[in-house]
Amino acid sequence: MNWINNYVRPRINSIFSRREVPENLWSKCSECGTMLFHRELSENLNVCTQCQHHMGISPRQRFEGLFDGGIFVEVEVPAPINDPLYFRDHKKYPDRLKAAQKITRETEAMLVAEGHIGRTPIVAAAQDFSFMGGSMGMYVGNAIIAAAERAVNLKRPLILFSAAGGARMQEGILSLMQMPRSTVAIQMLKEASLPYIVVLTHPTTGGVTASYAMLGDIHIAEPNALICFAGPRVIEQTIREKLPEGFQRAEYLLDHGMLDMVVSRLKMRDELVKIVRLLLGLSPAVMGDLPSPVPQDHGEEQTISPSPE
Amino acid sequence: MTHYLEFEKPLAEIEGKAEELRAMARQNEEMDVVSEAEALDKKAAEMLIDLYKNLTPWRKCQVARHPERPHCKDYIHALFTDYTTLAGDRNFADDDAVMGGIARFEDKPVVVIGHEKGNDTKSRIERNFGMARPEGYRKAIRLMELADKFGMPVITLVDTPGAYPGKGAEERGQSEAIARSTEKCLQIGVPLVSVVIGEGGSGGAVAFATANRVAMLEHSIYSVISPEGCASILWKDTEKMREAAEALRLTAQDLKKLGVNDLIINEPQGGAHRDCNLAQVSVKAAISGLLKELSGKSPKVLINDRRKRFLDIGSSGLTA
Repeated sequence: MNWINNYVRPRINSIFSRREVPENLWSKCSECGTMLFHRELSENLNVCTQCQHHMGISPRQRFEGLFDGGIFVEVEVPAPINDPLYFRDHKKYPDRLKAAQKITRETEAMLVAEGHIGRTPIVAAAQDFSFMGGSMGMYVGNAIIAAAERAVNLKRPLILFSAAGGARMQEGILSLMQMPRSTVAIQMLKEASLPYIVVLTHPTTGGVTASYAMLGDIHIAEPNALICFAGPRVIEQTIREKLPEGFQRAEYLLDHGMLDMVVSRLKMRDELVKIVRLLLGLSPAVMGDLPSPVPQDHGEEQTISPSPE
Repeated sequence: MTHYLEFEKPLAEIEGKAEELRAMARQNEEMDVVSEAEALDKKAAEMLIDLYKNLTPWRKCQVARHPERPHCKDYIHALFTDYTTLAGDRNFADDDAVMGGIARFEDKPVVVIGHEKGNDTKSRIERNFGMARPEGYRKAIRLMELADKFGMPVITLVDTPGAYPGKGAEERGQSEAIARSTEKCLQIGVPLVSVVIGEGGSGGAVAFATANRVAMLEHSIYSVISPEGCASILWKDTEKMREAAEALRLTAQDLKKLGVNDLIINEPQGGAHRDCNLAQVSVKAAISGLLKELSGKSPKVLINDRRKRFLDIGSSGLTA
């Protein structure tokens, strides 16, 4: 079965997904409305070439742009128990999960990987806003713990890209309990004196902001990302007044002392390499294109990368 | 004048009638109403038992938010001696939604921190209905550090609809303050015991309740989101709060099965507000027992115990 799952299925999927491409050649920038050629857009990491608007990006696509040569090894995340509360609104929770898995082709709302950036070994975790709003449930909590443990074992820094509407209501209190759980994970890193860098992307709100996303050694945000505890709509309803333009956006948080910097996605990798190497006391990075490092042998773990030419 | 909840209306009628009879008897001495009034009292008592025997989750929410329910201030004054309020976050302000200070619990020095909702219009506004701003969490962090430094156990009393969703609160780092408070809970090397006395509202509650032991009053609730909020997001209809309350499993009884709380503290018949003294005695006994379990443990053991407690949550779900 492993052979079928690992080899045959991806091949079959790739044949079908290739066929889908011609139908979606163009995407429209959600900010300025410019029609963008899909390949150009994805090469530009989903940043509009006209207005520099940062559109959503999947963790996998982000990692392909982040890691040297697009090579990374996924870190296994322990699966949590399925639907612990037997939650049901209009739909059953397991059905919502299945739908999200079908759309994103991912298991859950966070991807954890290890690899090199600018020849600096790191562990990275990225949240997937397209998977049920990136919501933090038990899987995301487990993913952060797995990422921190892996980073501690390998003595590497952890870079976490946050993107979430908050906690996953369908897991009730157990989603809320991921706030202390993820905080324990961050403490493991701190005790091991390893850098923990948070990149806050659009949007990062609710319980996610109020736990691991605000506990970094360094806080970086992408331009114009919404970052808050309570969303603007909730606040407007509470205080009954209109909020100022740019309220709770990355630049606003920078002005209010909550972030270290706002960095364009196109410059993010270089910035991260520089910071990580500074914090680890390594020599300055050699900038420019580097040949891919030789992938390490990790036994059963699967290497997700474009096949080396 | 007792405040009756919506589902207590039939009870209000009976208790009202008994009261009326007695009032009439006071005016007209020839009337003999004792037996009739007693019959009504008995009926009311039976109805109260019946109503509270199997409260639905939504009814529990209403009881947990009952305006006459004993609040943090009441418990602090009844359970502690030498209570000395400490104020301010040393950065910006003092937040009245959070009260705390040093005190003695069974003669031993402790730090106590809790959300206070207020009990009349004036105090409710002053206390911002128990919705803390960043300064409240930062004051709590300060007090926990103090406790850690002087080896005093920390007792937190949780009763908040949630952290305050306001403009200033966001500007001054509401998220960061909550995150740091949760972090501080996990760092201190002294026993930390938390009691959810009313409403455990989301992140605002976690910031105080990341404790070695968590107890919940019988009719208290603890949830990731209010049933109204959940209904409006998932059901797209705020009137579906009954369904949402059911689905969220926010009662002390369900949460105990999930390992979120360690202990359920029984409330007087008809809820804590019907006999505040009795409720306070029960809470005191519970805190005393939990502190005894933790006494004599080294800082390292206490910190690891707390971590393990939270890492283990979620290893089992509810059974169908």
